[in-house]
Amino acid sequence: MPHKTDAVALVVFCLLFGFVTIMGFVAARWRRGDLSKLHEWGLGGRRFGTVVTWFLLGGDLYTAYTFIAVPALVFGVGAQGFFALPYTILVYPLAFMVLPRMWVVAHRRGYVTPADFVRARFGSRPMATAVAITGLLATMPYIALQLVGIQVVLGAMGISGDWPLILAFVILAAYTYQSGLRAPALIAIVKDLLIYITVIVAVIYIPSKLGGYGAIFDAAGKALPEKQPKPGALIPDTGDAQWAYATLALGSAMALFLYPHALTGALSSKSANTVRRNAAILPAYSLLLGLMALLGYMTIAAAIKPASPNDAVPDLFLKFFPPWFQGVAFAAIAIGALVPAAVMSIAAANLFTRNVFREFIRPDCTPERESQVAKLASLFVKVGALVFVIALPTEYAIDLQLLGGVWILQTLPAVALGLYTRWLDARAMLLGWIAGMAVGTYMAIDLDFKGSVFKLFGINAYSALWALGTNLIVAIVLTAILRAVGAGDSADETADDDYEEREDAVGADALPATPEQEQRFTREPQPTRPR
Amino acid sequence: MDERRRPSRWWYALLIPPFLGLLYPPLYASHDPELFGFPFFYWYQFAWVPVAALLTWVVYRALRR
Repeated sequence: MPHKTDAVALVVFCLLFGFVTIMGFVAARWRRGDLSKLHEWGLGGRRFGTVVTWFLLGGDLYTAYTFIAVPALVFGVGAQGFFALPYTILVYPLAFMVLPRMWVVAHRRGYVTPADFVRARFGSRPMATAVAITGLLATMPYIALQLVGIQVVLGAMGISGDWPLILAFVILAAYTYQSGLRAPALIAIVKDLLIYITVIVAVIYIPSKLGGYGAIFDAAGKALPEKQPKPGALIPDTGDAQWAYATLALGSAMALFLYPHALTGALSSKSANTVRRNAAILPAYSLLLGLMALLGYMTIAAAIKPASPNDAVPDLFLKFFPPWFQGVAFAAIAIGALVPAAVMSIAAANLFTRNVFREFIRPDCTPERESQVAKLASLFVKVGALVFVIALPTEYAIDLQLLGGVWILQTLPAVALGLYTRWLDARAMLLGWIAGMAVGTYMAIDLDFKGSVFKLFGINAYSALWALGTNLIVAIVLTAILRAVGAGDSADETADDDYEEREDAVGADALPATPEQEQRFTREPQPTRPR
Repeated sequence: MDERRRPSRWWYALLIPPFLGLLYPPLYASHDPELFGFPFFYWYQFAWVPVAALLTWVVYRALRR
């Protein structure tokens, strides 16, 4: 489908984009805090309530790329792409178990990143650095993909070239620098309103023009098996397809909350109960994502032939919506890219500042300096992502993001299991991490980045889970050996009590972290407690 | 402040059903019965969204002290 510029669509798009830009700068004044402190700039002062956290986490996890890529996948392969729905359903029970515990200990001890926690919990600088590096490696291509999302909608409006993209990102970088996490939190509200309106209109209006959902599924069921080079299917009816479906859903759900940006979103809320409440109400977005996914089938039913699968949704909107509503829908997706890109760059900046800069370069830096470094790091991260998208083929960003998901899951033993037990030895976990990273990367290369499902022992499963299995086996076996030979243990800076919510920290009246709590994040591991 | 009994950790078991219901695709990988034109495979999974949310909410209410 050829793309040409429509003045009305473009004006609506620019107005909405301009509006959120102003919001981004004004956000610095919202719930005013001392932005020269890292927990104020990078975690919004840990003060967000249920509603803001809902918008922020929703905006953070359901990214523009999701809105483009999930329908594109469903358009291309059918049911296999629909794993996104069980994935986003299963995320929340997992989040419900893990995140409040992380929130409590992070709040008590002043941790800002998952690597902060690992550093203190296992008294291991190498393991913490591994977690930080994994986080940075997994986040960078993810930010780049948000740019791809913006590129796709700009392209649909007939705008090509790099300048509009650069302009959009300069604006984003400027208000993230100034306002920190407050900017995406505020913009997320507008983004969600626009996305909800767009999707609700799309899933009611478009099917009414295509003869209803029955007709859409029938058309997709006929067209999918004809797909070249690989036939798709409306229902995954082979054993291989079903294994892939289930393991992709489970592996992705386990990986999601290990991403630094997801933890940033959760840690910025004001209490562990805010996080729990959100785990119960965030599934509203899953419904939205599932409906978005079906847009892929509508593109098939409407007999649209997009130049690339990524154009499946934009081309559908171009065909069915009047120009002004095209502007709204495209703005929704583009703004949907800004929110996660901002949170991701903040999360990456926090990681760099806390776990690289303060750990290795300036252990004695002041809180003001720390916040300053984080602001600058957020700029570098974004410039890096921009160069990535402009200089290299889009394919690389997608490949690396795929790898990022495999990699980030390898931090599960330290970050998630570490919340419950420190039975695993830090040295054993580090070797497990290396093994997991190696296996996951090998599988991705072996698959030529064409997929993320690897067949081993006759089981066709998500490669991230194979890698995690290797990781855990290595970590468990080595821990047992180290324990058996009586190789000493490292120190645990956290106490059991740090994971227990106190009465005063439960409910809406939980207090934000005080400066004293921030300072309790000490560098020196305390002596090991007898265990 | 009265010392209330700590809620049972067994409430967390209510978070398990969505995993059982969704991680075994042979259970729902079929076209029929249809609902509002949606094949079973699709509406079954959509149906889990409110169910999982409700279960999570129940656990939240039960564990809240």
